[in-house]
Amino acid sequence: MTALIFIIFAAIAVFCGINLVVQTHPIASALSLIGVMGSLAVLYLQLGGEFIAAAQVIVYAGAIMVLFVFVIMLLNAGAEASTFQVSRFVKYLGAILLAAFLGLISLIIQSTLPRTEGVTFGAFQGTAVDIGRKLFTTYLWPFEVTSVLILIAIVGAIVLARKEI
Amino acid sequence: MNFFIVSLIKVAVVAFVLLTTLAYLQWIERKVIAHVQLRVGPYRVGPHGLLQPLADVVKLITKEGLMPSHVNRLFYLLAPFVAVALALTSIAVIPFGPEIKIGPVDTWMQLTDLRIGILFVLAVSSIGVYGVALGGWASNNKYSLLGGLRSSAQMISYELPMALAVVAPLLLANTLSFREMVNYQSGYWLGFIPRWNLFPEIFGFIVFMIASFAETNRVPFDLPEAENELVAGFHTEYSSMSFAAFFMAEYANMVTVTCVATLLFLGGWQPPFPAPYSDFVPILVFAAAGLVALYHGLNPARRMDRFTLPATALLFLGIAAIFGLSLFVPVAKEILMALFWFCGKVLFLLFVFIWVRATLPRFRYDQLMRFAWTGLFPLAMLNLLGTGLVVALTTK
Repeated sequence: MTALIFIIFAAIAVFCGINLVVQTHPIASALSLIGVMGSLAVLYLQLGGEFIAAAQVIVYAGAIMVLFVFVIMLLNAGAEASTFQVSRFVKYLGAILLAAFLGLISLIIQSTLPRTEGVTFGAFQGTAVDIGRKLFTTYLWPFEVTSVLILIAIVGAIVLARKEI
Repeated sequence: MNFFIVSLIKVAVVAFVLLTTLAYLQWIERKVIAHVQLRVGPYRVGPHGLLQPLADVVKLITKEGLMPSHVNRLFYLLAPFVAVALALTSIAVIPFGPEIKIGPVDTWMQLTDLRIGILFVLAVSSIGVYGVALGGWASNNKYSLLGGLRSSAQMISYELPMALAVVAPLLLANTLSFREMVNYQSGYWLGFIPRWNLFPEIFGFIVFMIASFAETNRVPFDLPEAENELVAGFHTEYSSMSFAAFFMAEYANMVTVTCVATLLFLGGWQPPFPAPYSDFVPILVFAAAGLVALYHGLNPARRMDRFTLPATALLFLGIAAIFGLSLFVPVAKEILMALFWFCGKVLFLLFVFIWVRATLPRFRYDQLMRFAWTGLFPLAMLNLLGTGLVVALTTK
């Protein structure tokens, strides 16, 4: 059952990821990205990281992507026109060569990596309590530094966006 | 297997009740606004317009579903579906009452309990904006696009104070599950003041309610569908059932938000008085309503009142009798009392939503944004910091 759900949502994530690149319209691409994030959230949930899954949906799919979609709508960006000519060689042999190349790369990576144990479903301790405790003990320093970094980014954005300084 | 059957029954009951509530909420809204404005409201279909929702459903189903030219077909059709599906999802984690035992079956009056139930509701509501934004964009219409843009900007802005207002009671109760949140609020201070989060978190409650008006696109924050500026905003180009889907989504969001407010701030199904006294409240309320209806039925102001009002009186007295009889059946009493207090609080908050709609004019767009960022957000932040300080000082 867990394997089935994993396969379904992993397939959705991969499909949406490919769709994101293939689509010519920015809104369609943005929605595909939301699809990727949603299915990733399901995978996190399967691993036991329920808080991470909820944060993924609230922050990425619910806030950041809404801003993306908002900006795309505001600029009223239309469909992108295809600018490059595809030769007959690329059209027929490109996909096969690409698949062979990817297969070769993955084979090389797999053979060089050391054997690791697979992750079991639900093994990850990801309740809100665990995450909170880790953030405020083990990872307190990186957590605070990241928040300062984000603050700097916000101030920088305001400075850049202002017309006169 | 047992779990499966019980869950199916619960889903069927909740879905039926929710959809009926959504249909009748619209009738209640029209009636309340009509009475505020000294009109009678829907009156033709059925006694006091009670069958009006049915007539509206038939009307919406049989209307032609127009597909305007130049729309983006896929997203145009997808948008109402997204809106209504996400709006109806949140009800799955809302508990309506405590754990009950009917014979061998031992179950909660809730579809499912998540340890992160509150985060789930926030997540689903934050995704819900795509229905409105996509619908406005895909319609390929200036007014719709403006409505969609306003909606996404407004929902992002008001999600912040809303989330901060939600965090304060979470800090107090130290949980993300709705069940434990309600359990935390049981009991009474000094024996008669309910231990609801409403009293320590009064500012949080106010911020939450104001933000939820904006999240559900209701008056005074219904800028996405401001009639006198944008025709009908994001749903200008929609007709028939796809329009009805947006309509349903709005009401379903209202129900969800009021349920969450009830669970977080008003103690869920916990009665406002200690148990032996609170058990008699439903009987008194329904008996009084029945007697008033009976009185007006015996002294009719209109011709039809001679028949409709005594029938209503009979219904109310019957409900009062059921509540009276349930005092002798522990299981029935538990279910009915929980439902009475939960539904009573939710209906009261829904009434507030409608009341505000009948009272307040619409905000201007810049006022709306300034109010969120310079008014609500600092208030919610201060409330959260204060709560955090108190929690840090009182717990070891």
